[in-house]
Amino acid sequence: MSINTHNSHIVRAFKYHEPTSVAEAVKLLDEHGLEAAILAGGTDLVPKMKQAIIKPGHVVNLKHIPELAGVKEEAEQIRIGALTRLRDMERSIIVTEKLPLLHEAITAIGSVQIRNMATVGGNLCNASPAADSAQALITLDAKANIAGPSGERSIEIESFFTGPGRTVLGRGELLASLAIPYPEVGSRGAFIKLGRMSLDLATVSIAVNAKMKKETVEGIRVVMGAVAPTPLRLRNVEQALMKKKLTVDAIEEAGRLVSESIKPITDIRGTAEYRRFASKGLTMEALTRILEDSRRNK
Amino acid sequence: MKINVKVNGKQRSFDVEPNTLLLNLIRDNMMLTGAKYGCGVGECGACTVLLDGESVLACMILAVDVNGRSVETVEGLGEYDSLSPIQEAYLEEGAVQCGFCTPGFIMSTKALLSERPQPTETEIREYLKGNLCRCTGYVNIVRAVQSAAAKMKGPG
Repeated sequence: MSINTHNSHIVRAFKYHEPTSVAEAVKLLDEHGLEAAILAGGTDLVPKMKQAIIKPGHVVNLKHIPELAGVKEEAEQIRIGALTRLRDMERSIIVTEKLPLLHEAITAIGSVQIRNMATVGGNLCNASPAADSAQALITLDAKANIAGPSGERSIEIESFFTGPGRTVLGRGELLASLAIPYPEVGSRGAFIKLGRMSLDLATVSIAVNAKMKKETVEGIRVVMGAVAPTPLRLRNVEQALMKKKLTVDAIEEAGRLVSESIKPITDIRGTAEYRRFASKGLTMEALTRILEDSRRNK
Repeated sequence: MKINVKVNGKQRSFDVEPNTLLLNLIRDNMMLTGAKYGCGVGECGACTVLLDGESVLACMILAVDVNGRSVETVEGLGEYDSLSPIQEAYLEEGAVQCGFCTPGFIMSTKALLSERPQPTETEIREYLKGNLCRCTGYVNIVRAVQSAAAKMKGPG
């Protein structure tokens, strides 16, 4: 029998593990190192295994660790377990009401079936430069809590990504949860994604979170997706917009600056030229939405 | 590994290898061939089944991962001579041509109507965007979902 390794319904054999605690999972991941793959939602892992892009000897399913899933409000922050499914975040009243920007980004991912399976931690750990949740989380100043053999550590989500498909996670480490500070009163967000069709990964996308005082920017985060090896926070654009009134000229200037500041590549989803051109328009659209939103809700 | 799964309402147990996909279990072991292997990467929706009532893609799930859960396939909906309102509606509206995508569409429709019994056309198109049909152009599928919603609501 011939096996189509490009897309086979036959997955290479592996040893399967179902840890029930973080400590047990960390021990397994540490023991098997590069031979181990984490199974969360499976929407990236399983196709990659079918296509033999990765051939793990051990698969560690994290779905039986209850503490890794769920959204809860803590005193200083909202905590989202890494194993929380996108669909559960979408339905969460806390995410819907307190983190509308994240809600918008999450519901833009894949299809209902994908969101019923995929987890937020998986979306982040795959470290696609186009990961929709990553951009929103960076604009929200989220922190990633990582569990590993030497205990827990917490880092800014922005520095979690080190390249396409690469993160700071070391041997035996796993992403346990996200901590998102409550957005300040007056914060307004916009998330826009361009793709050939909505199911696709973004060709280019933008997340902006701004604190507005009337029409003036008091604080802002601008993060572009799919235009660099990792989600790209544009500090120069943020600085240029600080304390600025969002006039038509200021918005156009910001769009121009974004387009000059990104480092896009040409790939199957679009050309570098297209991405530069589109990122200007996306920026202008996002800032205009934020301006209109702050006019409506003074 | 031994797993216990409720399949279309019946409790069953299977002995599976860790690398068995849920779709292989459904098609090869349970002999339920409604769900299809299409793209294999989560884009076409031909393998859509319900897992604890929610639509998922059986070709990207390990069979060991559904231990203790409930799986519903198109075969669980109706019999040849007593179709479910969704199946009836798909036939009546001509929403089926080659039929390869139909079991997936029907399961997505079931999930949609249980979440939202009277969806708008926009909601239908958004919810079903994970199911591809290369024959119908979707117009009749949308009509079928609307018609099924009306049937399930009943008169008045």
